[in-house]
Amino acid sequence: MTTIEHPELEGLGRYEYGWADPDTAGATAKRGLSEDVVREISALKNEPEWMLETRLKALRLFQKKPMPTWGADVSDIDFDNIKYFVRSTEQQATSWDELPADIKNTYDKLGIPEAEKQRLVAGVAAQYESEVVYHQIREDLEEQGVIFMDTDTGLREHPELFKEYFASVIPAGDNKFSALNTAVWSGGSFIYVPKGVHVEIPLQAYFRINTENMGQFERTLIIVDEDAYVHYVEGCTAPIYSSDSLHSAVVEIVVKKGARCRYTTIQNWSNNVYNLVTKRATAAEGATMEWVDGNIGSKVTMKYPAIWLMGEHAKGETLSLAFAGEDQHQDSGAKMVHMAPNTSSSIVSKSVARGGGRTSYRGLVQVMPRATGSASNVLCDALLVDTVSRSDTYPYVDIRNDDVAMGHEATVSKVSEEQLFYLTSRGIPEDEAMAMIVRGFIEPIARELPMEYALELNRLIELQMEGAVG
Amino acid sequence: MSTLEIRDLHVSVETENGPVQILHGVNLTVNSGQTHAIMGPNGSGKSTLAYALAGHPKYTVTSGSLTLDGEDLLEMTPDERARAGMFLAMQYPVEVPGVSVSNFLRSAKTAIDGEAPKLRTWVKDVKTAMDNLRIDPEFSERDLNTGFSGGEKKRHEILQLELLNPTFAVLDETDSGLDIDALRIVSDGVNRFSSGGDKGVLLITHYTRILRYIKPDFVHVFVGGKVAEEGGPELAEKLEEHGYADYVGEGAAV
Repeated sequence: MTTIEHPELEGLGRYEYGWADPDTAGATAKRGLSEDVVREISALKNEPEWMLETRLKALRLFQKKPMPTWGADVSDIDFDNIKYFVRSTEQQATSWDELPADIKNTYDKLGIPEAEKQRLVAGVAAQYESEVVYHQIREDLEEQGVIFMDTDTGLREHPELFKEYFASVIPAGDNKFSALNTAVWSGGSFIYVPKGVHVEIPLQAYFRINTENMGQFERTLIIVDEDAYVHYVEGCTAPIYSSDSLHSAVVEIVVKKGARCRYTTIQNWSNNVYNLVTKRATAAEGATMEWVDGNIGSKVTMKYPAIWLMGEHAKGETLSLAFAGEDQHQDSGAKMVHMAPNTSSSIVSKSVARGGGRTSYRGLVQVMPRATGSASNVLCDALLVDTVSRSDTYPYVDIRNDDVAMGHEATVSKVSEEQLFYLTSRGIPEDEAMAMIVRGFIEPIARELPMEYALELNRLIELQMEGAVG
Repeated sequence: MSTLEIRDLHVSVETENGPVQILHGVNLTVNSGQTHAIMGPNGSGKSTLAYALAGHPKYTVTSGSLTLDGEDLLEMTPDERARAGMFLAMQYPVEVPGVSVSNFLRSAKTAIDGEAPKLRTWVKDVKTAMDNLRIDPEFSERDLNTGFSGGEKKRHEILQLELLNPTFAVLDETDSGLDIDALRIVSDGVNRFSSGGDKGVLLITHYTRILRYIKPDFVHVFVGGKVAEEGGPELAEKLEEHGYADYVGEGAAV
């Protein structure tokens, strides 16, 4: 553990979602990974043979691939101690009241049913442990042909789409954790938006881990057909346990010609969760893909949402926000690959480290020989709240033609004594002044979040900053 | 009546080469209802006095005392001093990106009053104060001091003075860098603030021209980190004619 400049900070970073429900389902779940475990998961789901084959092949890739030695330290993950599949309820509910009381209570506390009632969302999926336990989509969207369901059901009901798109954006062998996910995936969201349909209010998914040493491996597949639009929002929380859990998701998105997709994540896992996620989208001609990626919780996060700009005039944008407190390492960033002429990308990354926490920006912009007339802009700013925290920047640029406009700017700043003095000299207490400065720093990203998440983020920063100064 | 009392104040400032003593025993008493001008050449310690009064962490009071109605200001943090009735209009207000002027003003007002201002009257008060200072309404949505011109920064300081309504205002070279129109607007603001007769003003300036608009009751000439001469408004006129030449050489080289 890091020594902290202000001892009053220890015991801070209070996590509000740290309660645990009674864990009957998880208690009996098996630990460790083997071919049998993979077969069992597939059999439980009555999957077609090709999916089992895909899983088994992925398992072998996982076993063969070495652990990554770059990025954050993940060497402590004990794959034999993890529970790879936990079924919390026998049946998916379509009304909150059908859920087991514990689970319903959890979502009540998280405010999800309320958001649905107030029609802040167009559809809700709630995943508890390995499976989606609640699911609902507005009727008018369903009538327009919008599909929004859990991925297991998606595979059953739309096998043709799965054969075409599953693992087409992120092959199993992309990296060790995408292989793991492909082997043991369960749950996640499957979305299809038909041509020209605009889903104006976000679709929302909520992920919760309850079991200690649980591995959550949701798999999300989104297909936005030509000229369509969708905004998908996901939030994540977990109880505080003394030993670690693993969240390793794969998210694949296909944005077709002229379509637009925005994917917003507010990751607020408790500080014992390893969060190792692979996210990638392809954008066709004239399409726009936007990742809004907020990493607040977890012990370790490694996540670099990627966009492959496949068609001319495709646009990619990543807005990423990381907040690292004591014993946290947020290694996050973005990846843009320009495959076609006149494509553009933008990466804006903001990070805040305090209490000995560590943030790293890691990004790649790659422009292929035929992607002439392309433009990319990268802006990463890090804010250090004290002298024991750390921030690093690892920007990689690989440009293979001469006709590219590339901008890059990186700053690391400390909360300045002068800013604190100015605000406190107006009567504002120091911790509140600190929170104002931090909120101001992340404001360009916070304003892109759905309202309830932006408010939540503000509240969280205030909590984190209380007493953060001596 | 309120009294701000500065007794034998010695202050040092942190520099890269260690602490440097700037003030060498300053004595000054400001009562509410009075305006004091502190004048002096560059480097005489005027701004150091201002920062020491507000409690800037880089300035250390090595001896002497600072009291507000008998309360020890040296025991208070900057925010406590502000809540006790002190205000410093700064020479170089710092930029705070992402914090809007309106959010900042409301937060400061809430902190000073101990409760949030009533929305309706607050919006009206802000608008009136901004109109008086010829500040454009869209100004309140801008980021605090970010990209402000020199004149905008100074007017924004006086806007805070009017809205936060402290007991004692220290104005640190509020006149520097202002053109003649802006100088008049800012001076009018200070005069509105002190017009009730229950406020104390400590006006720090290098030049006499602001004293055409803000009439001081007392003038103190600051040289070499202490008060070299004191008098009434006539002292300012003498300085206008002779400059600081008469004082420099007696120890101004700090």
